[in-house]
Amino acid sequence: MELAVWTYEGPPHVGAMRIATAMKGVHYVLHAPQGDTYADLLFTMIERRAARPPVTYTTFQARDLGGDTAELFMEAARDAYARFAPQAMLVGASCTAELIQDDPGGLARTLGLPVPVVPLELPSYQKKENWGAAETFYRLVRAFAQPRAARAEGTAPRANILGPTALGFRHRDDIIEVKRLLALLGVEVNVVAPEGATPADLARLTEADFNVVLYPETAGVAAAFLQRQFGMPMTRIVPIGVGTTRDFLREVATLAGVDAGRVEEACRLPWYSRSVDSTYLTGKRVFIFGDATHAIAAARVAAEELGFAVVGLGTYSREFAREVREAAKAHGIEALITDDYLKVEEAIATLRPELVLGTQMERHIAKRLGIPCAVISAPVHVQDFPARHSPQMGFEGANVLFDTWVHPLMMGLEEHLLGMFREDFEFSDGAAPSHLGHGPKAEAPPEPVASGPATWAAEAESELKKIPFFVRGKARRNTEKFAAERGLATITLETLYDAKAHFSR
Amino acid sequence: MSAAAASPAVSAPAGGAAGCGDLPVLRERGQREVFCGLTGIVWLHRKIQDAFFLVVGSRTCAHLLQSAAGVMIFAEPRFATAIIDERDLAGMADANEELDRVVTRLIERRPDIRMLFLVGSCPSEVIKLDLSRAAQRLSKRFSPSVRVLNYSGSGIETTFTQGEDACLAALVPEMPAEPGRARSLLVVGALAEVVEDQFLRLFAALGVGPVRFLPSRRAAELPPVGEGTRYLLAQPFLGETARLLEGRGATRLAAPFPLGAEGTTAWLRAAADAWGVDAAKFDAVTAPGIARAKAALAPRREALDGRSVFFFPDSQLEVPLARFLSRECGMRLTEVGTPYLHRQHLAEELAMLPAGVTLSEGQHVDRQLDRCRAAKPDVTVCGLGLANPLEAEGMTTKWAIELVFTPIQGYEQAGDLAELFARPLARRARLMV
Repeated sequence: MELAVWTYEGPPHVGAMRIATAMKGVHYVLHAPQGDTYADLLFTMIERRAARPPVTYTTFQARDLGGDTAELFMEAARDAYARFAPQAMLVGASCTAELIQDDPGGLARTLGLPVPVVPLELPSYQKKENWGAAETFYRLVRAFAQPRAARAEGTAPRANILGPTALGFRHRDDIIEVKRLLALLGVEVNVVAPEGATPADLARLTEADFNVVLYPETAGVAAAFLQRQFGMPMTRIVPIGVGTTRDFLREVATLAGVDAGRVEEACRLPWYSRSVDSTYLTGKRVFIFGDATHAIAAARVAAEELGFAVVGLGTYSREFAREVREAAKAHGIEALITDDYLKVEEAIATLRPELVLGTQMERHIAKRLGIPCAVISAPVHVQDFPARHSPQMGFEGANVLFDTWVHPLMMGLEEHLLGMFREDFEFSDGAAPSHLGHGPKAEAPPEPVASGPATWAAEAESELKKIPFFVRGKARRNTEKFAAERGLATITLETLYDAKAHFSR
Repeated sequence: MSAAAASPAVSAPAGGAAGCGDLPVLRERGQREVFCGLTGIVWLHRKIQDAFFLVVGSRTCAHLLQSAAGVMIFAEPRFATAIIDERDLAGMADANEELDRVVTRLIERRPDIRMLFLVGSCPSEVIKLDLSRAAQRLSKRFSPSVRVLNYSGSGIETTFTQGEDACLAALVPEMPAEPGRARSLLVVGALAEVVEDQFLRLFAALGVGPVRFLPSRRAAELPPVGEGTRYLLAQPFLGETARLLEGRGATRLAAPFPLGAEGTTAWLRAAADAWGVDAAKFDAVTAPGIARAKAALAPRREALDGRSVFFFPDSQLEVPLARFLSRECGMRLTEVGTPYLHRQHLAEELAMLPAGVTLSEGQHVDRQLDRCRAAKPDVTVCGLGLANPLEAEGMTTKWAIELVFTPIQGYEQAGDLAELFARPLARRARLMV
């Protein structure tokens, strides 16, 4: 048994639902107890899909266990076919149904439905959501992919985009960006799958020259199958970040047999990051956690494109532990491979980073510890399925990353002022960045300086006037406080600079 | 285990109609689009402030809780899941030893907890993991600082709010005995704290008392129960808890549920009658509340009067809500679906429903959706899995879970309760895009 306050992934049948819901013309009959329909609201509420997921649950109850739950399943499958008339059906079991061993695949076969039925074996007590999605997509691709015909001479190179699913973190907008990247190279898109694809589209997969794998967690297995079975090459680079996007373009150009040439980059990140306003970002200590793809990408962007120091890197995707370990080595750190939320919390508490880039769960940890945080990976809640265009991939994705990651940090000037005048009553050291507007309530104003203000020497007074007006009041207060604490009757030029030295970090 | 009592009685064949008073009941079998009883933890862990809920189940259970609890979980939650893995199933790990290890880690992390509930799930019930013995064993081990109890919130046995019933039922044997035959009033069912306080003031003015609540705000301060205990159900889904309270000698005061001015008055009257409060005093105490409730209801009634409403089954609150909406807000009832109909506890409510309403118990969600689309109700009360898809079809919905999480009982909340149904209509009228 494992104690879980939070789980990074759902059970594998939720992964299967993500594939079924992403596709068109596929219906999923899931043998599951009453209550497992909660998963519908992931799609209808969190992702705000406007239709019910194409899933029929048997929702058996205790009283059914004494009877024929297998018959219950067959009835549900028959009804689902009659009502929804899908092009293909997925059948499988949730964790409880796995225990009662009704064999949905075998039962569905006996029904003799006139459409292909793909049985799913998803070991719920061993595997998790992303594995379930990858396995389901692989089973579907295996069931439908047809042998390849050679590409006609003189036609443009074509690629499939594989990986985007329902409930995927920014999958909707990543598709748009990656299509744009492919267009830059003159590569046509054959099929995007599973999102928006039908079983008939899966049959056309082999008409492409190669596969672009956007999310190895969900499409890696299927793409490897297509490579093995049909000799279709696949991309290995996931275009998150400017440098990686450039690498990706080169990789695609090679696979497509075209010249990478000069690609027009509509990307502001490099300039924004070079502009002097970003200097204070240098060496900010950042902790990164998420699925392997997003964590590895974030580490490179953080170190090479924003100038942060990566002090922690980890993933809950055990399937990709090796890749994450290698990436961590590049930063001279040990990767944290765990799906135990409490271990992640422990690591963050020990490292005390200045910024956490993680999942929804790291937001909880960061909130508890009072550390700024941005979300870079699933699992995410409703606010990370935004209405606006917000990809993570490609050049526009890099712009989004710059804004999102810098936003939770204290802005440069504010940070400087806090360094100088640490005891200001509205602007204190422990306050949240003021542009976020929801920091802890300011403490009551401090007691007035006990012995009354010291007298300012004329020379000091005129020096004070040289300080810009928006910090002058604070400089005056801090200097007077400094003088009072030392029992000085007169504030001289020396006192002013002593105070400055005192309050500077 | 409360399995037998918590799960609905075996019903007539699908589509069959059976009598319930004068009202026919449509009973259906098929896909049920409902939560399991584990969901009760989401509000119970806030209500009982020193209790922790440890679900013994699968990753699905953990995932359900964090999905259902949504952003609330941002606060340090007082619930978690002990996820069964294949080693537990293969018998390679002694499930009991594993559970002890997990509980020990948990209690180290949260030394402030005084009561720990081991909550059974579908997987733990199917593999017949004996949580009641585990609870006894762990109780002994952590005595006296932590008391360990168990109940089942599995989907195969419980639907949504029945999880609260199972939890409260587990508390009943823990309640101390009321010495002698001292008379007391016990209000049963988790209520918002503000509502509890309002009721306390009303009972005090009526001279009814002492008044206690189950659940209490702290697990260590459970109310006593005995022959003199008269109890009022504040919630309609507490069949098993009521049965066990009667087993401890308590007597139920039959009443409709305290929703709306009418329901609240009748509910208070049941206690007032048992305490022999004279009519003049009762009227004097309740009159201001009734007047305020009516005033607050008036503008909402304008919005709701003559509109039709369709209830999908969810919490067992559907019948009292339908009664309130039809009698105090003038709404027309099309179908009132409930996951389970406790005829005895709902007798007063059923008697107040208008003729011609379709009551349905159980669910075949696709057929019910067909009926709902055909009925074209002005407001559809349903779960979150159905709400957005129905909105996208042009229907106006009120998501039902909110009715469990919002203070809706008593006079002062009557206007708020009507507002919950009026708001989706007002929003639809307002939006121009």
